[in-house]
Parts: sequence; C-alpha cells; structure tokens
Amino acid sequence: MEAVHGHAHEHGHDHHGPTGIMRYLTTTNHKDIGSMYLWFSFAMFLLGGAMAMVIRAELFQPGLQVVNPEVFNAMTTYHGLIMVFGAIMPAFVGFANWLIPMQIGAPDMAFPRMNNWSFWLLPPAALLLILAQFVPGGGAGVGWTMYPPLTIQQGMSMDLTIFAVHILGMSSIMGSINIITTVLNMRAPGMTLMKMPLFCWTWLITAYLLIAVMPVLAGAVTMLLTDRHFDTHFFNPAGGGDPVLFQHIFWFFGHPEVYIIAIPAFGVISQIIPAFARKPLFGYSSMVYATASIAILSFLVWAHHMYTVGMPVQAQLYFMFATMLIAVPTGVKVFNWVATMWKGSMTFETPMLFALGFLFLFTLGGFTGLVLAITPVDVQLHDTYYVVAHFHYVMVAGALFSAFGGIYFWLPKWTGKMYDETLGKWHFWLSFIFFNLAFFVQHFLGLAGMPRRIPDYSLQFADFNAVSTIGAFGFGLSQLLFLYIILKALRSGEKAPQKPWEGADSIEWTMLPTPAPYHSFEKPPVIR
Amino acid sequence: MIRRTAHTLLVMVLSCWAGLAFGEMRFNLQDQKTALGHTVYDLHNAIVLICLIIFIVVFGAMLYAIWKHRKSVGHQAAHFHENTTVEVIWTVIPFLILLGMAYPATKTLLAQRDTSSPDLTIKVTGYQWKWQYEYLQENISFFSMLATPRAQIENIEEKGENYLLEVDNEVVVPVGKKVRILLTAGDVLHAWYVPALAVKQDAIPGFVRDTWFRAEEPGVYRGQCAELCGKEHGYMPVVVRVVTAQEYDEWVAQQQAEQGTAAAATATTDAAPETPQAPAAEDAGAAAPAAAAGGDGAEVYAQSCGMCHETGLAGAPKIGDKAAWAPRSAKGLDVLYGHAIGGFNMMPPKGGNLALSDAQVKAAVDHLLAQSR
Repeated sequence: MEAVHGHAHEHGHDHHGPTGIMRYLTTTNHKDIGSMYLWFSFAMFLLGGAMAMVIRAELFQPGLQVVNPEVFNAMTTYHGLIMVFGAIMPAFVGFANWLIPMQIGAPDMAFPRMNNWSFWLLPPAALLLILAQFVPGGGAGVGWTMYPPLTIQQGMSMDLTIFAVHILGMSSIMGSINIITTVLNMRAPGMTLMKMPLFCWTWLITAYLLIAVMPVLAGAVTMLLTDRHFDTHFFNPAGGGDPVLFQHIFWFFGHPEVYIIAIPAFGVISQIIPAFARKPLFGYSSMVYATASIAILSFLVWAHHMYTVGMPVQAQLYFMFATMLIAVPTGVKVFNWVATMWKGSMTFETPMLFALGFLFLFTLGGFTGLVLAITPVDVQLHDTYYVVAHFHYVMVAGALFSAFGGIYFWLPKWTGKMYDETLGKWHFWLSFIFFNLAFFVQHFLGLAGMPRRIPDYSLQFADFNAVSTIGAFGFGLSQLLFLYIILKALRSGEKAPQKPWEGADSIEWTMLPTPAPYHSFEKPPVIR
Repeated sequence: MIRRTAHTLLVMVLSCWAGLAFGEMRFNLQDQKTALGHTVYDLHNAIVLICLIIFIVVFGAMLYAIWKHRKSVGHQAAHFHENTTVEVIWTVIPFLILLGMAYPATKTLLAQRDTSSPDLTIKVTGYQWKWQYEYLQENISFFSMLATPRAQIENIEEKGENYLLEVDNEVVVPVGKKVRILLTAGDVLHAWYVPALAVKQDAIPGFVRDTWFRAEEPGVYRGQCAELCGKEHGYMPVVVRVVTAQEYDEWVAQQQAEQGTAAAATATTDAAPETPQAPAAEDAGAAAPAAAAGGDGAEVYAQSCGMCHETGLAGAPKIGDKAAWAPRSAKGLDVLYGHAIGGFNMMPPKGGNLALSDAQVKAAVDHLLAQSR
C-alpha cells in the first residue's frame, strides 16, 4: 500500500479522488478540510456580523426604529452563538488542520475520515441556527448563555438551537481527539514535544480543554431540553430544581471556552512575532508552562460570571482571588512577546500589524478583565456594556485579529500567492480604528450603567451609542475589504517566494516547498 | 456598497453634530450616593490607575522597540532568549501587585455583603415585566411599572427627560437608614440594579437573595432590570425615591390608608426589624389582616397546599394533626410565613405555586393553623 502511494506521487498525481463538489464532500485531506473550515467560518463571520449590524442599527438612537424587541433579543442570541461556535472556533480548527501536520512533520491528521465528518457536521448545525429564525415564534431571545427559566418559555427555535449546540459540540470533540492523537503520535523523528512550534502546543492544550468541557455544555443543554419537554425540573424551583445550577454548569463550560478561543490565538501570535522580529521567542518553555497554567486556572474561576447571583461571600472571595491569579500567566505571555521584539530587527507587514494590534488590544481587554474580577466593582459592571466591551476586546481584537494575522502570514504557504500588501495594511488600520470606535466607548456606557441586551435606552446613553454604531458599521464594511483581498490574491496574486518572511523558521517554511504540495511529508523528515 | 458607504458617512457627520448637541458624556461610574458606593468608586479608580501605569510601562517598552529596533533603521537582531531571572521577576511582581489589589477589594466586598441589622426591609419580586415591592413591617405592597408612554418608544412623541427610567409607583425609602432588599422573582431571572446606590442583585424564582444600601442624600435614583428577562427586558426600570424620615412616615401612613393595612403595621422606621409580631397573632383575630389581603385562605390551601398537607406526602405535617403542628406553631407565625413563602426542606416556595401573592400564602397558613390547633 505504502509503495503504491509512493509510486503515484513520484509521478505527481496529486488529486486522485473525485472532483468538483464530491472532492470536498469526501475529502480526507487535512489541507482541503482546513480550507473548508476557514471558508465556513468566514461565511458564519459575515452572517453573525450582519446580525451585529441589526443590533447596532437598532441602538443607533433611542427608541425602536429597526426591529421589535423579540427580533432584537434573537439577534443578540444568535450573533453570540454564531460568532463563538460558527466563526471563531472553526477558524482556529481550520488553522490546526492546515498547520499541525505541516509543523510536526506528519503526512495528515491521525483520523482523516473523522476529520471529514467533524467538518461536515458544521453546515447542518449552522442550518439549524438559521432555520431557528423562521419557525413560529421566531428566534429564541435568551442570549447565548441560554439561562433558564427564560429558556423554558421559548418556542421551538430553542429546540433547534439546542440541537445545533449538540452537533457543534460533537464536531469540536471529534476535532479535538484528532488533534491530540496527531500531536502525540505523529510527530516526525526528532520532533520532541518541546521542539514543536508553539502553535501546536497551544492547540494540544486547547484540545484537552475542549474534550473536558464540551460534554458539560451538552449535558447542560440536554437538561434544558428535558426540562422543556419532559418535566424534569432540573432548573425549575417549583419542582425542587435550581435556576442557578444551570449557570454553574454553563460557566464551568463557558470560562474554559474563553480560553479555547484565546489560546490558539496566542499560538498564532507566538509564530508571527518571532518571524517579523527576526529573533527567537524569548521564553519558549515558560510560554508553554504559562499556557498550561492558564488552561488549568480556567477550570477554577467560572463563577466570576455570576457575582450577582447571591453566592456566599466566601465563594465570592475565592473566585475573585482565583480570577485575579490568571493575570500572572497572561502577564508572562505578554512580557515574553514584548521581550521577543526587544532588540529584534522588526518589519511591519500585515501579519505583524495584526499581531501588534492583538497584543495592544488584547492586553487592554485583559486589564478590563482584571477590573471585572474585583467582585465589588463587578457588582456595578455585571451585565452592562462594560462586559460587552471587555469580551469584544478579547474575542475580536484578540482572537479575530490573531486569525487575520495568521491568514495573511500563511496564505503564501497555503496557496503560493501573495496578497496585496497595501490593501492588507488598509484592512488592518480600518479594522483597528473602527474596532476601537465601536467598542472603546462601550466601556463608558457600561460604567454609566447601561445594561446589555436592551433594544432601547435612556437619553444619557445616546451619544456613545451613536459613535459605537458608526464604528461597528465601519468595522463590518472593512471585512468586505478582507474578502476582496483574499479573492484578489487567489485569482491574480503574485507568485509567492519560497519563504516570504525572512524570520519564519518552523518546518512548514524550511522543509516544504511553497505552495505546500497536496500531500506533504509523505516520508517523515528527520529533525536534527 | 458605494451607496452604503455614502450613507455611513452621512450618518457619521450627523452623529458628530448630534454629539455636540447633546453634550454631557460620562466617562466613569455614576456619582455615588452611598458610603459603600464611594468606596467602590475609589477602588475602581485605583485599579484603573494601576492598570494604566502597567500599560504605559509595558507598551512604552514595546513602542520603543518598534521605534528603535526596526530593520528599516538598520537594527541587527540580537539572539538572546531564555532568562530565568527575568522570568521570575515578571512573575513575582504582578503577583505582588495583585496582592495589593486584593486587600482593599476583600474589605469592600465584606462590607458590601453585610446585610445585618437593617432599619427597614423591603421584599422585591421581579415579574415579566414589573417589580413588586412589599414593605414587610409596614404591610405596604404595590407594583411598579414603566410609565413612559408607548408613543415615545415608537418615536411618535418627543422623548421625555427620564425616558425609560420612569415608573408609576416609585419605591420610597428614608435617607440615612440601612435598607435591606430581599429579592426573588415570580417567573424568570431579573436583576435589581440602581447604579447610584451601588446595588445590583439577581432576582431568582424560588430563592430569596438580599442586598442593602444606605442613601446619603434625598433624591430620585434610577436604574433598570439588568438580567435578560424576555422581550420587555429593556422596559422595567427601578426608581428609588429617597426622602427625609418625616416625609417617609407621611408616605407610609398615606399608603397604609389607601391599602387599608394600617391596623397591623408598625409605622415608624425606628422599629427594630427583629421585633417579633405580637404574640397575640396566635389567635384568630390578629390573623385577620393577612386574611383580608390574601382572600380566602381555605381556597388557596385547597388549591396549592392540600396535595401534600392533606396526605402527608413528602413528610409534610398533615392538617389537623395537633401533635405535629404544636412544635411548629411554637416557632412563631413569622417563621411559618417565611417557610411557606420561601420554601423549607421539602416544601417548595409558596407550595410550588409562584403565582400566589405573599398575602395569599399567609392566608393559607392562617387557615392551616386554625384547623390544626
């Protein structure tokens, strides 16, 4: 079998499966699957973004103008669910598929067929989420956190949403099993764990987080489902249940989820910054340990999302201290990135700009996170726009900027084409400016007491909401520029040199041709 | 796309103008009107200041590196990496800074959660989409709903000064007194939030939570529901009117006269909340106020309590079982009311029928006791 394959490849027969749509339906190739993940996540990003535009249009001025409160609540719910589960998570799984085999010297992922399935579960889940908007009663207006008893009151859209979450969870678990197995078993000879590019480390840790918490989420939404239809009363006080129990279970999933999104982003940044500083990462092993510490701490801090539910003061104190502690390993990472740049020889192409934008804004999001960790202060800020601003700084300026940087960084390796550098820089600066216009002012709204998830607000909040809406529309439109840049690169981009980034030194750059062949590392490379 | 861009630009220009027209932008927490609120305000400022200093130091270094250590000015890359001393320093220093923050934060939190010895207790129940306020000692109870006309929300009329932050019945409390708020909800989660009083607490069906404030000066303080509770979530404001002690007494007397509850009430705010209900409440006559407010106790009992208390299901003491009820009655009527409303052991709150008002539950308890003595 091995011989047959080897023979075929010597003759350059790369594609020997079905062609057209069947190629993508049946593919087991990590590069095809990675591309599908990335395109799917971009489509979801535009859909979730369109929902954000509805939210911001309604909030442009006080009063109801664009949608009624039911639709507004549905938009906040599905914007959150689609961005978290449909856009950001699949984007980083796309990166994992493309990069992990090429960075550890493996020919493909460990379970190629499961890889195919874990991708093809996503479109049906997305369809369920879209369908939920059009069933009687419209989309569920419960927020992405799905707190009962409000969830129990919703129509059938809630059931579709719960099933979508189940399917997305299955996909994530299978993806994680694949990643863990690949990283632990398929490294090339000489590629020890502590020699792996940091991106592989961050995904290994993330995959463990996913396997630990996705079943917890599945359990929580299943209990919602049985409460809704089979009178189980898990969360119904009249039957001896507890609505707050759901919050504990949800956030036991939900807090690690934050790091499931952030940690692969750290990985991408840790590849980009050394490449453009032309200097190795300052503290590789301390970065690995810091990432692992963040992952472990992420299991121990969930109830800081619930400071106002009336926990005993001892519990509040514990969660406050544990949450503050996360600032230590996160600080270690930021200091490491800055130390990597120190005395480097830096250039500022688009990937580096996005990495620097990430570093700057993610740290800002980290500081507001520290403010929110302080329980007595959080009691003022909980469920206000301050929280909305905080998590958009870590999710958008954090994870999304990192994904943009990663796309620009690896696009030449993946496609053999260069993007338009001038347009790329425009994309960064427009995104950076409009992002801050949209979200920085939301800190002020939250401090002044504007609750989140309201379709209408009192007049004192009018100015900053108008500014925020302008920023949001500017940010949204800037992403169409991104689509144009990618399409332009794919259609008529200049041919990429073998190594467009002088300082890139992981093995996908040094040991593989550009563009990477359809099957790479069929024979394992030997690492020193 | 061009049309959209043009539209956005137009909107941008207009809103800049609107910004100038409105003025008064707020960049920090609302002006605080409680001692605790001042502490929280200062704590927040201190933490933001510390963060700002760290931000400037770290990103000052980064910007310096960006400026000086770039290829275009001919800087050659050094190749140092891994330095344990540096790593230890930048792990330990943040830890020490955090310890410094944790101390005042802990002190403030302990003060915030100390709801003991209140001067006045108000039970607040969140419903879709209104608040119910019950003054437990004064026997006053009323609902509070949004007073902003629909026409303002739909942009037909011009919006008033307190658009969306005005209610039909305000909560009235005396200045300088410790007001304890007991919170629960009748349907879904809500949260009672008044920024100027530094108070936010979730209202959870089936559970009673508490919080407190002591307002420093008379005034009207406005907030709103902070936990998503359905389609009218944005339309359930909280308005607290803080008045002098004398005005408060007058207001209480007026409310009691209107609600016909004066007889059983202790009108002054100085009365200690722990003062037990008069022992005479044991006899049937004194139970009359609750019965009057709660309707027919026997009917409520039959509908919502009988399933367990007729049959002894789930260990419930049966109606008419004098031996079972004697030790329970001895705990005092207040305790029994409390257990019936808030739940106790196997007993769900309000017998599982959250639609009942507290007065109705009390009436049912009166009925049950009258039959078991």
